[in-house]
Amino acid sequence: MGIKFSLAAVVGLILAAFIGVSGGGLSHFFGVTMPYLAILLFLGGVVYRVLKWGRAPVPFRIPTTGGQEKSLPWIKHAKFDNPSTKGQTVVRMALEVFLFRSLFRNTKFELEKGHRLFYQWEKWLWLAGLVFHYCFLVILLRHLRFFTEPVPGFVQGIERLDGLLQVGLPGIYITDGLFMLAVTYLIIRRLIIPQVRYISLPQDYFPLFLLFAIGTTGILTRYFFKVDLIKVKTMVMGLISFHPVVPAGIGAIFFVHFFLVCTLFAYFPFSKLMHAGGIFMSPTRNLPNDNRIRRHVNPWNYPVKVHSYAEYEDHFREKMVEVGLPVDKELEPAPKATADS
Amino acid sequence: MAKVPKPSELELQHVLPKTDWMDTPAVFRPGNFSYPGKAKNLKVLGLANPREWSPMDEDWKLPADWKNIILEGLRERLDKYRTLKVFMDICVRCGACADKCHYYLGSGDPKNMPVLRAELLRSVYRKEFTLAGKIMGKMVGARDLTEDVIKEWFMYFFQCTECRRCSLFCPYGIDTAEFTIIGRELLNLIGCNIDWIAGPAANCYQTGNHLGIQPHAFKDMIDFFVDEIEAVNGIRVEPTFNRKGAEFLFVTPSGDVFADPGTYTLMGYLMLFHEIGLDYTWSTYASEGGNFGFFTSHEMMKRLNSKMYAEAKRLGVKSIIGGECGHMWRVINQYMDTVNGPADFMEVPKSPITGTRFDNAASTKMIHIVEFTADLIKNGKLKLDASRNDNLVMTYHDSCNTARGMGFFDEPRYVLNNVCNNFYEMPPNTIREQTFCCGSGSGLNNDEFMEMRMRGGLPRANAVRHVHEKFGVNALSCICAIDRAALPTLMNYWVPDVTVYGLHELVGNALVMEGETERTTDLRGEPLPGMEDNENEDI
Amino acid sequence: MKIYDGKYILVGLLVFGVLATFPIWFDHGKVVAPANPSLNTPVIDAMMSKHCILPKAQMITEHMKLLNVWRTEVVRYGKRVYVAPSGKKYEMSLETECFRCHSNKAQFCDRCHNFAGLDKATDPYCFSCHVVPSEKKPGAGKVAMVHKESK
Ligand code: HEM
Ligand code: SF4
Ligand code: SF4
Repeated sequence: MGIKFSLAAVVGLILAAFIGVSGGGLSHFFGVTMPYLAILLFLGGVVYRVLKWGRAPVPFRIPTTGGQEKSLPWIKHAKFDNPSTKGQTVVRMALEVFLFRSLFRNTKFELEKGHRLFYQWEKWLWLAGLVFHYCFLVILLRHLRFFTEPVPGFVQGIERLDGLLQVGLPGIYITDGLFMLAVTYLIIRRLIIPQVRYISLPQDYFPLFLLFAIGTTGILTRYFFKVDLIKVKTMVMGLISFHPVVPAGIGAIFFVHFFLVCTLFAYFPFSKLMHAGGIFMSPTRNLPNDNRIRRHVNPWNYPVKVHSYAEYEDHFREKMVEVGLPVDKELEPAPKATADS
Repeated sequence: MAKVPKPSELELQHVLPKTDWMDTPAVFRPGNFSYPGKAKNLKVLGLANPREWSPMDEDWKLPADWKNIILEGLRERLDKYRTLKVFMDICVRCGACADKCHYYLGSGDPKNMPVLRAELLRSVYRKEFTLAGKIMGKMVGARDLTEDVIKEWFMYFFQCTECRRCSLFCPYGIDTAEFTIIGRELLNLIGCNIDWIAGPAANCYQTGNHLGIQPHAFKDMIDFFVDEIEAVNGIRVEPTFNRKGAEFLFVTPSGDVFADPGTYTLMGYLMLFHEIGLDYTWSTYASEGGNFGFFTSHEMMKRLNSKMYAEAKRLGVKSIIGGECGHMWRVINQYMDTVNGPADFMEVPKSPITGTRFDNAASTKMIHIVEFTADLIKNGKLKLDASRNDNLVMTYHDSCNTARGMGFFDEPRYVLNNVCNNFYEMPPNTIREQTFCCGSGSGLNNDEFMEMRMRGGLPRANAVRHVHEKFGVNALSCICAIDRAALPTLMNYWVPDVTVYGLHELVGNALVMEGETERTTDLRGEPLPGMEDNENEDI
Repeated sequence: MKIYDGKYILVGLLVFGVLATFPIWFDHGKVVAPANPSLNTPVIDAMMSKHCILPKAQMITEHMKLLNVWRTEVVRYGKRVYVAPSGKKYEMSLETECFRCHSNKAQFCDRCHNFAGLDKATDPYCFSCHVVPSEKKPGAGKVAMVHKESK
């Protein structure tokens, strides 16, 4: 059900842009209104979400420790899996963000007869995840050539590397292919791994279908239904300089691609895609394991009802005295004894 | 009590129900839940809604405004815990955590996949706290809070041992234990808890320890072990209690005072402290290292744990040594200083024997007995005869809490390697930070839950079985009191030839004490290797 | 409203904001004139009816594909004559055919290629082999044309 719903949503978006532009003359809406709306929602949404998280304090310092703690000097400390200083924690975070350290540990279980469990090598999710994210990043950076004038050298540098194969004209990009492969893998694993399918919600399929559609329309635009890039860039530069214009004669396929990207950005802050920001805020990763060294303060720490030693001794004094345990207050001698008997 | 199926009869399949998880109700049957908290225990602790009830009942006798209590409780906690707030929003349901949970591996129930365990709570959050959830409902994985949801929470938040293995593998560090901890807090607000937690917590609150051992009995029991030690090697150790002015306060889980094989570990502590002449005291008031309050709520953890610092202050000790325990050390390492500190009335712990200063405990002023012992051995202060443990082919179980809540790996291994000669590690996916739970942690080590415990313990037992078959391992060592209580049962069930030892029991065996008579038995009264014949002659 | 660890969060958001708005501050709001390729070469000026090989719109978006096809035809199959849909015949050669009219690479090709952010040295890589017509003497008729790779 979630699959159909998400698929229908993406197809709906595609049709909306296609019909809106080619039949309805809505190119201003899709070319100007949507991108402005999307960027506002994106920037505002991300800031809002992060600040909302930030309003909750971190009462306890509970990093998940992934290696040997800092201990006696002769014991080898796993600095980056179990950091004890801020600097080491920064490295740990960098490993998570740039290399998906935790996901790299992934294994897959197998149950054999006689209740025997085995754990298999399973790095495909890690690999596809990493490939997907880096390709996404590279593609995003490559797109800067439509957003800058003059185009900065690093953009052309990336482009040169990415087009290294020099196949066809316009030349194919390595990241385009890898991106589509990785997204396809992510979709397929979600569909065929029974456990993953069982936990998947519509909002898990939707971004994947959306990304697949973005990639596909992008490739179509570049290689098959070619559009006038000069007009496209003119439009984009108009948006950026806040003098929006929509030159006539840009193919509808471009608007479909553009609209899907706008949707992705607008959707981003209000969805699980915020994992990108969330990982930086995750208290099990972004804190050093130094609680025994430095005191962590809980801003809402409040006094609680405790059973004090005095109450305890009052309760047990006689028994304690009887076996010779020291007490703070001696037994009151005579009167009690007579009252008892 | 539920009949526990034999291992050969235990059904285990990882098949998914035909129905969506939201439409699959939780079914309570003997063996898959723990008995509810008794009214008398809830009253001692001042917890909500004390009553007699059973999870098998149709009517759970919840307070009239239970729904409101839960939602307000959730709102409050979302504002108090960034973990909860962030983890609610960022899970991508990638499934990396799914098969990392021992309860999922051992039960095949998809709601024991950490991600679904979290979704049980997350789905309610979506409905009540997000716009999309309010509008689109089930289409975005949101659902209403109903009594059935509460029942489901009760089932699955008490089928999680808060071991955090899931958190280690999650790309964002989402810690399902946080959902469990906070989920249990919420359930406690309407009086849904289990007696195996409420009982010990009530005891600990009033009497000072989980088992409700009163001060005179506590002293008696330890005195009994003094006699036992004397029987082994003729040395009479002299522990003191509640003594002001001692240099160290020693706190350990009361389970070690009470039941085998923890008691042998306790004998090991007594012998070690005697041999090095440590100036230390026991306390009958702070006579519990463990903390079943932690399995109730953050507040209850704080209430119970306050005794350690309070007692240290009253007695005027310089610092504290803590015994072998898992969740106790999670609390000490990650919570104690924050909730009960600052411990500025003590000094940075320093070993009076070696002069080593434990700067890694500069703020809490509390050190782990194993790091203390490791330092003694490293500095050559102990005479050890590892051959006394030669009948044991050893492996070592990292308890979840010291593993993923601390990173305490090489200290115990160092000690272990110095007190025994045959040590084999279990496979790398099952030890150190990737260690598997004993299946009975976080207050679930009760008898009525036995089937689930044996299921949850399967991944651990499976790894032990592997080294048992490959290297002939016959002994499993650990540094956790719950392990010492739970692993013998688990081994008996899955790998019957393996015996469970606490690390300091092995230290006690190997320790060559000054003036001791020749030992013929280990601390358990079993003949030492090479002494089997003497034993026979004696008879 | 208190933000906990506000220092770190604000720095993080700032970095995010700066990166996410890179194009806006990089171009600091200046209005960029669109590329305006020049069609004024002596040959074109002299044409009675100005037309290219294909209709203009198609030339704009597909010239690279056309050139790619030409290259394949010439290099692989030795074909040299292209028949346009209009029926006109052209020699499949960048240097003799295209540059015959568009003898002003800098004012024609480069304007758009630069505007589209193509890397001059490698994209398109046509010119790493083909020689660009000398632009010093526009209208000087025949220009030196060398096939470096001709074998
Ligand atoms: C910083 C550390 C990050 C980590 C560890 C991470 C990890 C992941 C993982 C494991 C997935 C796979 C989800 C699946 O199985 O479907 C995923 C998906 C995705 N991530 Fe990230 N990510 C990170 C940052 C980012 C950033 C910076 C962005 C975007 C700007 C981003 C955008 C996405 C998108 C669009 C998807 C695919 C949509 C989906 O699967 O639902 N991520 N990420
Ligand atoms: S590993 Fe983390 S992100 Fe993936 S499903 Fe589990 S909790 Fe969610
Ligand atoms: S904390 Fe442990 S028991 Fe709980 S869900 Fe995670 S892996 Fe399972």
